[in-house]
Amino acid sequence: MNKLVSIDEAVDMIKDGMTIMVGGFLGCGNPHKIIDKLVEKNVKDLTLICNDSSFPDYGVGKLVVNHQIKKLIASHVGTNPETGRQMNAGEMEVVLVPQGTLAEQVRAGGAGLGGILTPTGVGTVIEEGKEKITVDGVEYLLEKPLKADVALIAGQKVDKFGNIVYFGATRNFNTIMATAADIVIVEADEVVEVGDLDPNDVVTSGIFVDYIVDGGAN
Amino acid sequence: MDKNELKAFIAKRVAKELKDGDVVNLGIGLPTMVANYIPEGMNIFLQSENGFIGLGPAPEPGKEDMRIVNAGGQPVTILPGGAFFDSATSFTIIRGGHVDITVLGALQVDEKGNLANWMIPGKMVPGMGGAMDLVTGAKKVIIAMEHTAKGAPKILKECTLPLTAAHQVDMIITEMGVMEVTEKGIVLKEINPEFSIEDVKNSTEAELIIAEDLKEMEI
Repeated sequence: MNKLVSIDEAVDMIKDGMTIMVGGFLGCGNPHKIIDKLVEKNVKDLTLICNDSSFPDYGVGKLVVNHQIKKLIASHVGTNPETGRQMNAGEMEVVLVPQGTLAEQVRAGGAGLGGILTPTGVGTVIEEGKEKITVDGVEYLLEKPLKADVALIAGQKVDKFGNIVYFGATRNFNTIMATAADIVIVEADEVVEVGDLDPNDVVTSGIFVDYIVDGGAN
Repeated sequence: MDKNELKAFIAKRVAKELKDGDVVNLGIGLPTMVANYIPEGMNIFLQSENGFIGLGPAPEPGKEDMRIVNAGGQPVTILPGGAFFDSATSFTIIRGGHVDITVLGALQVDEKGNLANWMIPGKMVPGMGGAMDLVTGAKKVIIAMEHTAKGAPKILKECTLPLTAAHQVDMIITEMGVMEVTEKGIVLKEINPEFSIEDVKNSTEAELIIAEDLKEMEI
């Protein structure tokens, strides 16, 4: 089983109109090289699930600037003025979700749950159109799971089976998105042989990962 | 006080609310400045919602690592004893009641403890990020802000902007004083001696209850 693919082969799996999840937080932990290739290939009408739309010239923000996103599901868009412009102009649909809710929706998608109950958003516009469930006297919103056709994630050291070791604050949404898509592609700073990683250090098991792109050590 | 002195004054007073061993999440802007005034020898664990605890100061120029950034995307450091984790764990900490204090700014706050700080319809829609979860889940919510927006009250009878959360604010700290949100309404507990009670009332739309033991605000 060879999971290692070229960046072109990886990006060719992403078709117009697909739903993609991209790990990262304001660009930190985005798979930058895959994103650049996605911009180059100009895949269109994507639904993007990501914590935020980063900055115009950094990470997933480039996909917004290049008009490749039809719908964005994110918790924060304030650092990318182009997102706000496209949203106000009606060029892109934006669904804003509280960050902790977004994380749990993705986790639920990957964990086979029918949704999660959260107190976040009760009494705000976020509750509109959602089922409210009272448990032991406390009101919660039922938030449904999120899944994607493809998850694009980033790891520091990745072995050829797809086991991932992360560095610093890059884990963010990468670990959970690795569980919640039909095809999971990881961009590795460094690809190593199976056995080179200490299993105690592995955060994402290779069983979640379908393809590995060698991003070259950053 | 000029703008910077005023912000520093508020941040210093907020820092006095912290207790040894607290897990604290500071919002972007003025709340971030609170970190500069943590008393020496006090152990505070700063949580960053993008995925770590033990947030340290900005690195020396040239030593920035874009893989270690704060929730605003700026390079920071991690202190000994800190830990990195993913967003699900980060919000387990936040929503699960493991954050002792969160300090945030506000566009509006009202006498029922409602907070609005994430959007102005038709104008500014940056998104709520982690704010809704923080305000809902933290044990204590402190609003640190200038008392008014260029003279217009921000402490209202009822918020008019879309809420970040309902009934969650515990304390409001401004350059004019320290206020607690109670069942009965907003109680002025401490006042900056540069202002009179009338001054504070005139800058506040909400009904202010003056504490019987009103103290001078000390930083």
